[in-house]
Amino acid sequence: MTLFFEQTLNGLQFGVMLFLMAAGLTLIFGIMGIINLAHGSIYMVGAYAGTLVITETGSFLLGVPAALAVAAITGIVMEVAVIRRLYRRDHLDQVLATFAIILILNQAITIFFGRQPLFAPMPDAFSGSVELLPGLFYPVYRLVIILVGLAVAAGLYILINRTRIGMLVRAGSTNRDMVRALGVDIRMLYTVVFALGALLAGLAGLMAGPVLAVQVGMGEQILITTFVVVVIGGVGSIKGAFYASLIIGVVDTLLRAYLPGLLRQFMVGSEADALGAGISSMGIYLLMALVLLARPKGLFVADS
Amino acid sequence: MSISKLGRPLIALAVLALLIALPLLAEAMGQPALTSMVARILIYGIAAASLNIVLGYGGMVSFGHAAFFGIGGYVVGILYAHHASGDPLLGFIPGTNQLLITLPAAILVSGLAALVIGALSLRTSGVQFIMITLAFAQMLFFLFVSLKAYGGDDGLIIRRANEVPWLNMRDKQTVYYVCLAVTTVFFILLWRFVNSRFANVLNGLRQSEKRMAAIGLPAYRYKLAAFVISGMGAGCAGALMANFLRFASPDMLHWTKSGELMVMVILGGVGTLFGPLAGAAVYIALESILASWTEYWQLGVGMILLFVVLYTHGGVQALAQRLVGRQT
Repeated sequence: MTLFFEQTLNGLQFGVMLFLMAAGLTLIFGIMGIINLAHGSIYMVGAYAGTLVITETGSFLLGVPAALAVAAITGIVMEVAVIRRLYRRDHLDQVLATFAIILILNQAITIFFGRQPLFAPMPDAFSGSVELLPGLFYPVYRLVIILVGLAVAAGLYILINRTRIGMLVRAGSTNRDMVRALGVDIRMLYTVVFALGALLAGLAGLMAGPVLAVQVGMGEQILITTFVVVVIGGVGSIKGAFYASLIIGVVDTLLRAYLPGLLRQFMVGSEADALGAGISSMGIYLLMALVLLARPKGLFVADS
Repeated sequence: MSISKLGRPLIALAVLALLIALPLLAEAMGQPALTSMVARILIYGIAAASLNIVLGYGGMVSFGHAAFFGIGGYVVGILYAHHASGDPLLGFIPGTNQLLITLPAAILVSGLAALVIGALSLRTSGVQFIMITLAFAQMLFFLFVSLKAYGGDDGLIIRRANEVPWLNMRDKQTVYYVCLAVTTVFFILLWRFVNSRFANVLNGLRQSEKRMAAIGLPAYRYKLAAFVISGMGAGCAGALMANFLRFASPDMLHWTKSGELMVMVILGGVGTLFGPLAGAAVYIALESILASWTEYWQLGVGMILLFVVLYTHGGVQALAQRLVGRQT
């Protein structure tokens, strides 16, 4: 039972990370109509920037603004230099241009940092564990990730539904031309939205540092899972991204934790482990296929 | 106009003649490696041209075509593994090393996979379609990684290329000619396809699905048929690649492979008959030239790709045409 509880928390932690990615991706798509494959690269850039500053200065507190700033600046540069030219193009051009950005950023990181993965030290304040239930010790850092993710979700909710920028964002996703006709600087709005998405991706990358290995290719790994989240939640819907992230995070983690054990009841240990790992990696994609059969537009279609 | 209409088949025949003579030329020039490079170009050309059926003609941006490429390769690999070990696949399908059986089998199996994936993915369109095809390809990637019986992560070594009656397939040149023959047949079929009524419908669907629906054409069925045909072509290419490399691995299904195929299509020109073949040639030549300069060759590929997407409309062919047009 404690194992189940612990794995569910791990799933929530993974889900929250996915949400930080998916929120940006779905926001950028919903408002700007851009499919951004390079979103994972911003996550990677954030992780590298954060890890570099933390290991050089030894202070996690300095790493946070560094990672966020570098990610947001990368996003702004990307938007101004490349993405801005793609708004009127079709999806194929968007996919290929952002694919090119992935290649460029991956190689640039490899040139500066090499191919060896980096490991970010855990911040001292969060390095211990707490006893949540009798017998269940859970790392504080992972709890912090969950709390930060939930706080960001609440913040986004307020930003989108209660502020002027949020109003423009909602208006922009419904009718772009009308917003422009009313005198809103839509280019500025696009840059702000893109920077916000990049900021969230950078935050996810920063927090992933101490939990996962920081290496080239980490961005694409989470990107494809994020796509599954966005498709299940409904493209353009932040609410959908939130629920779908948590579902995918928990389902994926629980499958990985329990499936090999279940299979071992029927087959030899090593084979069960390999097959279990394979099927549990496939699990979320099968879930996506099921959702598509029932609701082709995703669970929570954006209201537009 | 009439000259260019006459000129096209003549150029194609001239290129074919050059390709037939290539192994001899390569020997004479002291560049035997050229033959295998061109064989790779031909194989990727088939895969890219297949992708172009959905991408260029149908306007469906599939980001998961490496899946069918890989399935084609694994069909050859798995059938060979069972041929070598002697025990039948699933207890009743005997393994084989005959190309005349494995190639159709690869085409059939990848077509079936395309049927299932296409039937699900085509329920959506636009950006969701891109994400979903990518996700399904990734799913199959994990499936093959987890198949420990067939090499798992490390891939499956095919000790000898498939046999063809009366041919010595241990000779690399013979393999090259087999690839060339398959490529020729493929492009003749593709040429027929491009000029068919079916392709016209596909073109119409790309431009306006509503209009085609109003005429009374079942859009979904046409798109699914195109997707299946496209998957079969990619599977055919994968089967050839497995024979050529004598190796099938999850790398063949990796999502970057799907990206590469798309890059080849856009380099050569979307929605043209021979564009993807030209794109494959450009991509592989670029890769080997850049890789001989620096290990960070992908940086160069990325920059060139970015330039091509942002500043040329219609890839290398269009760029060449525009340059030629400017000179005259």
